[in-house]
Amino acid sequence: MQVNEQTGFVPTIVAFCCNWCSYAGADLSGTNRLSYPANIKIIRVPCSCRVNPIFFLRAFQRGADGVILCGCHPGDCHYTTGNYYTRRRMTLLFSMLDFLGIERNRTRVEWVSAAEGQKFAETMRSFAEEIAALGPNRRLADLRCREDAEEGRDEHAV
Amino acid sequence: MQKIGVFVCHCGTNIAATVDVKAVAEALGREPSVVVSQDYTYMCSESGQNLIKDSIRDYGLTGVVICSCSPRMHEATFRRAAAQAGLNPYMVEIANIREQCSWIHKDKAEATEKAIILGRAAIAKVQHNTPLIAGESSVTKRALVIGGGIAGIQTALDIAEAGFPVDIVEQKPTIGGKMAQLDKTFPTLDCSACILTPKMVDCAQNENIKIYSYSEVESVSGFVGNFTVKIRRKARYVDEVKCTGCGLCTEKCPVKKVPNEFNLGMDNRRAIYIPFAQAVPKIAVIDPDWCNMLKNGKCGVCSKVCTAGAIDYKQKDTVIEEHYGAIVAATGFEISDVSRYDEYAYSQSKDVITSLEFERLTNAAGPTGGTLLRPSDGKHPHTIVFIQCVGSRCTPDKGKPYCSGICCMYTAKHAMLTREKYPDTEVYVFYIDVRTPGKNFDEFYRRAVEEFGVHYIKGAVGKVSPRADGTLDVQASDLIMNEQLHISADLVVLAAAIEPSKTARSLATMLTASMDTNDFFTEAHPKLRPVESPTAGIFLSGVCQGPKDIPSTVSQASACAAKVVGLLIKNKLTGNPCVAHSDELMCNGCSNCANVCPYGAITYSDKEFRMPDRTTKTRRVAWVNPAVCQGCGACTVACPSGAMDLSGFSNSQIMAEVDAICK
Repeated sequence: MQVNEQTGFVPTIVAFCCNWCSYAGADLSGTNRLSYPANIKIIRVPCSCRVNPIFFLRAFQRGADGVILCGCHPGDCHYTTGNYYTRRRMTLLFSMLDFLGIERNRTRVEWVSAAEGQKFAETMRSFAEEIAALGPNRRLADLRCREDAEEGRDEHAV
Repeated sequence: MQKIGVFVCHCGTNIAATVDVKAVAEALGREPSVVVSQDYTYMCSESGQNLIKDSIRDYGLTGVVICSCSPRMHEATFRRAAAQAGLNPYMVEIANIREQCSWIHKDKAEATEKAIILGRAAIAKVQHNTPLIAGESSVTKRALVIGGGIAGIQTALDIAEAGFPVDIVEQKPTIGGKMAQLDKTFPTLDCSACILTPKMVDCAQNENIKIYSYSEVESVSGFVGNFTVKIRRKARYVDEVKCTGCGLCTEKCPVKKVPNEFNLGMDNRRAIYIPFAQAVPKIAVIDPDWCNMLKNGKCGVCSKVCTAGAIDYKQKDTVIEEHYGAIVAATGFEISDVSRYDEYAYSQSKDVITSLEFERLTNAAGPTGGTLLRPSDGKHPHTIVFIQCVGSRCTPDKGKPYCSGICCMYTAKHAMLTREKYPDTEVYVFYIDVRTPGKNFDEFYRRAVEEFGVHYIKGAVGKVSPRADGTLDVQASDLIMNEQLHISADLVVLAAAIEPSKTARSLATMLTASMDTNDFFTEAHPKLRPVESPTAGIFLSGVCQGPKDIPSTVSQASACAAKVVGLLIKNKLTGNPCVAHSDELMCNGCSNCANVCPYGAITYSDKEFRMPDRTTKTRRVAWVNPAVCQGCGACTVACPSGAMDLSGFSNSQIMAEVDAICK
């Protein structure tokens, strides 16, 4: 579990992985016993282009501290062009988040193939480290969505 | 309200060693809608599956969550088990607590907590699952092969052998392709025509094969199993049924100076011609650009001499429509234009030729009857320089970035055959690398060097300049000896890059098949599905997929035929039910979804809707063809009104997972 040593903040991270490359890459890092922090929970999607930018916003609203999207390398998409759409959509989303004052590092798009278990684990480790250092997502999290809204994790905020 | 059963697998100790499975089953049992939560050593075993089946029956489950290994491993197994117990297989979801939990985490408390959250996400998803039924479609048991080269011929023969009718569409007047123009083939040096022409005749005689020569594909519609193709049969001005192929017309035709494309313009043919002696079908064709009768109505010699009465100057193009279950692209290649490389003086000197022209010059059926003569003065060349990689392995602005794959071997063949026939001729080969990866290929190349004394020089040719005495000055550098060379050559042969057929791109658009940046067709998977296009029902044969030699082309062609037969032998095609669908009430017909669909699965139609005031209104709405949709979901995100959704990965399902994880 990735924890911010100074504040004790434990981030929640959502990872969207495409079924054909990155989800298989995640499975491969499991098969090779390459560990990455348990904060990361993976959601399987058929293709990275299935991920609506709204899903990112929903995750942040519900209290995620970081969201990462992994797909096939450009040119390798199972559906030929899906990841190109992803790249364009996410570029737009990220510049919008930038405009809203959301740290650029909270979101990431990575290309991980089915053969890159090592890369998957390394990517997840570095992403979790980054999010732990950033502290909790307060700007987009909707307090009404949280069960522990009263005591809140905001006490860990830097 | 769903009734959900949760089944947590120990996977021996694979999961149980780091995840407290009992605690997971207990925690998930408290989730809403969960009516039963159990753990078991091996869920995938027969007794584990029976446990699931019994619970489905006993508790009347409407949804099942299995916490086990990756869905890529056993999703199909558990779906089958659910179906056997009478539950729709798409009501099963898997929480991956092995590859993505127990195997990567060491701390038991941490792993258990994560397993519970993953299980919760799966339960949240199942709440929104709906039973899905895979659609079925019929299969037209006929295949179309586009291109009649060796790839198309081999594919057609293999499909026909398996008992299915095949049509070959070839744009030239005869099938045979590039292989018909070759002299000998490496590495065995058997004569190309001797191994190809029997196959061409087999095609003509096989009752399952129909050849549409001098024809082009005009349009393609439909989807896997049910394609409709329009084929334009160009006017030959010769009745195909009546023509006997005697060739009398081609002897009497007065227009004698038409460049013969079969010999790459190195000799002439008549305006009415049969491409070559072994052409299949052996039917004459009139070239409308040269025929006096067609141009100005003055001649008619061929019509007078034809005893069969086959000449028909009034013939018009006809367009026929046929139905197919599978389509094979076998469009092959062309030699790239080398005249853009001024340094090799291809357009300045007749004695700078491409390898395919060299092939015709050494072919017994070629313009010189097989005697190697210089095109400029008809004399025997004493020094020949071969230049490799002309236009291949270049930067994109200079040429093709890829290796053409066949040049090293055919140049070794040319060099060897030249030295064998004319031992007094000196042969130089300038190369970057010699690539000989095939069976018996390197032995072949070494024979050219060691037995036949061909001079292989590693280095690039900088300039070829024609001299006044008719020889060619070849300036080159020898990279190994590190010296500049000047060779006085009588003949320079360029190993020109091969490129996909010019028609390939427009065909790919018609087929909605994808292409790479070099216009080669893309395969469904570079390693595991090399003969299928990502578009279902479209198959790839030969060089249209990437450069390859004859042995590889033939193997790929046969592999392609096996895949086609595997499709045609099915009576019904079961689709993947996880496809997109559009809500007609929300769709505003904007076309965003159709624009991003890589498969052309979305069409529009006008539909009448009843309005609240009892009037009807006609609106344009999207419809997804479930047989064509592959379920990527690109359209769901492109849809501005939220009408498009993907079954199995719907917006509500993914959102529910997000919510469960972030709780």
